[in-house]
Amino acid sequence: MWNLLQIELFKIFKKPRTYLAFAIIAAFIFLIQLGLLVNGKDWMKFMLGSLDETMNIDYSKLVNGYAVCFFVLNLLLVHVPILVALVAGDVVSGEASMGTLRLLAAKPVSRTQIILAKYLATAVYVFALLLWIAVISLVISIAVFGENDLVVAKTNGLQLIEANDVLWRYFFAFGFAFIAMMVVAAISLLLSVMSENSIGPIVATVGIIIVCTLISEMEIPIYQKYIKPYLFTTYMLGWKGFFYIGSTEDGETIKGSIQYLPGIIKSMAALMVYIVALVSAAVFIFRKKDILS
Amino acid sequence: MPAIIKVNNLSKQFKEINAVDDLSFTVEQGDVYGFLGQNGAGKSTTIRMLLTLIKPSGGEISIFDKNLSTHRSDILKQVGAVIEKPDLYKYLSAYDNLAIFAKMSGIKADKKLLMEQLKMVGLDERAGSKVKTFSQGMKQRLGIAVALVHNPQLIILDEPTNGLDPQGIADMRNLILHLSRELGKTIVVSSHLLSEIELVANRMIIIHKGKKIVEGKVAELLDPSKSLVQLETVDNVAAREKLLQTNWAASLQNNTVKLQLKMNKEDVPALIATLVTMQVQVLSVDPMHSLEDYFLSLTTQPGHVESFAN
Repeated sequence: MWNLLQIELFKIFKKPRTYLAFAIIAAFIFLIQLGLLVNGKDWMKFMLGSLDETMNIDYSKLVNGYAVCFFVLNLLLVHVPILVALVAGDVVSGEASMGTLRLLAAKPVSRTQIILAKYLATAVYVFALLLWIAVISLVISIAVFGENDLVVAKTNGLQLIEANDVLWRYFFAFGFAFIAMMVVAAISLLLSVMSENSIGPIVATVGIIIVCTLISEMEIPIYQKYIKPYLFTTYMLGWKGFFYIGSTEDGETIKGSIQYLPGIIKSMAALMVYIVALVSAAVFIFRKKDILS
Repeated sequence: MPAIIKVNNLSKQFKEINAVDDLSFTVEQGDVYGFLGQNGAGKSTTIRMLLTLIKPSGGEISIFDKNLSTHRSDILKQVGAVIEKPDLYKYLSAYDNLAIFAKMSGIKADKKLLMEQLKMVGLDERAGSKVKTFSQGMKQRLGIAVALVHNPQLIILDEPTNGLDPQGIADMRNLILHLSRELGKTIVVSSHLLSEIELVANRMIIIHKGKKIVEGKVAELLDPSKSLVQLETVDNVAAREKLLQTNWAASLQNNTVKLQLKMNKEDVPALIATLVTMQVQVLSVDPMHSLEDYFLSLTTQPGHVESFAN
């Protein structure tokens, strides 16, 4: 299995397409950082809106590395699935269209091992992608903008997280995002197993994410009650929960706390169930598949 | 010789189509076994079933005396294959492709071994070049290197000369003969071109519409004493009726369209003499010597072929 994983990683990281995602992310984040470096205060004023009139706010402190990273993640994590699908949708179907799948499947390794190795290799790619985002959006932003308290907007107002209470939240947020992206990778893998060309699974994955996200966000009771609880997109943005800090009855924030921890755990569990179900389905279909390509 | 491949009553259905229909054959150790059939005859489907790429609808395959479905991994460790086009990872070098498939075949191949393998197929100087820069012939040679890198006992080559130029075809032929004669490998080679098989195979099977038409030694199938002789007369139906009244009846093939006899070529003058005596007006007499004639005859007239094979 280790041999197979090494081979799959070698193949993924030898493909120019793989680095496209890294380049896109770097360009996107650098653009945001550049913009906030020039107009950061104006942006923060806009974000805080009318609070400016009632409170004495030091905007230069609020536009810090943590805030920039939070802004980046809010914008970026919605689009990262597309970049994940770009690679995960190609892992089996790409081999089918290239004609190498038949060579691969005629080797003395089980088809289950092939699929699992491909999924694990995709996991390494997703991890590398998120690590890349973390390094550029967090480490570089801290280096450029410095560390300070993080202001997070909630539905019922704003909350302030002290600077020394932020970093671990990012660690867990990226961990959660990794699991969420692995659901996307599992969808792509399943579609990839069923297809003979790469474009189909990639486009289909993106389509599924768009449709499910739209349904998740529709405020229509029948969808909210009967469909939304079963959609993976409902749970994908659970990473934000790590930035909702718990508070006392007096309204004081509790350092090191998380407001809705059971909700986050439930979301993670739901995403894990999705992963197991989708990968199992991919293995089952691939084992039964006649390789005619 | 012990059997390396035993196929019993193999079949594969794709919806309504019987791609392979109750096919049985045996490949013995050391054979260069020709697998012949026109395009769409079921050759590739059968070969893919031998390599576990396609699951049979029925029947059994055993290789090296082991059931393929229960000992897949053990068997495939000793099998090398080139399956139709030599498709490899275009964005990787020849060396990387070879290293990947060596690893997947379960061997620890060092650089020396891999370079030797590339040298064997004349690609050592292009080891670092990406496959996308290779010609079809070079890809085919690299495909052969991939198939042989783990020193398999059984080599399966599905249409290995597809897309090759005459020199490439000759090289492939020499390689097959070298692998068989010098290294004692058992080889299954499929083709729709009889001329290729004729030059390399010692045993062969011909399939048509998924069914076995004939199986046997190439030398016997080419034996002049078993030549088919095709007659063309002014009235073939009348000629057949007349021949059925003579000693030639046993040689007549069950064919309502063509008038063919299985007979010694040396007896052709006697046949003509008989026909003249019976006042049959003969237009032509064609002894069909070559395997190609035989193949074309078989695949266009299956009913007649079965009788020829018996």
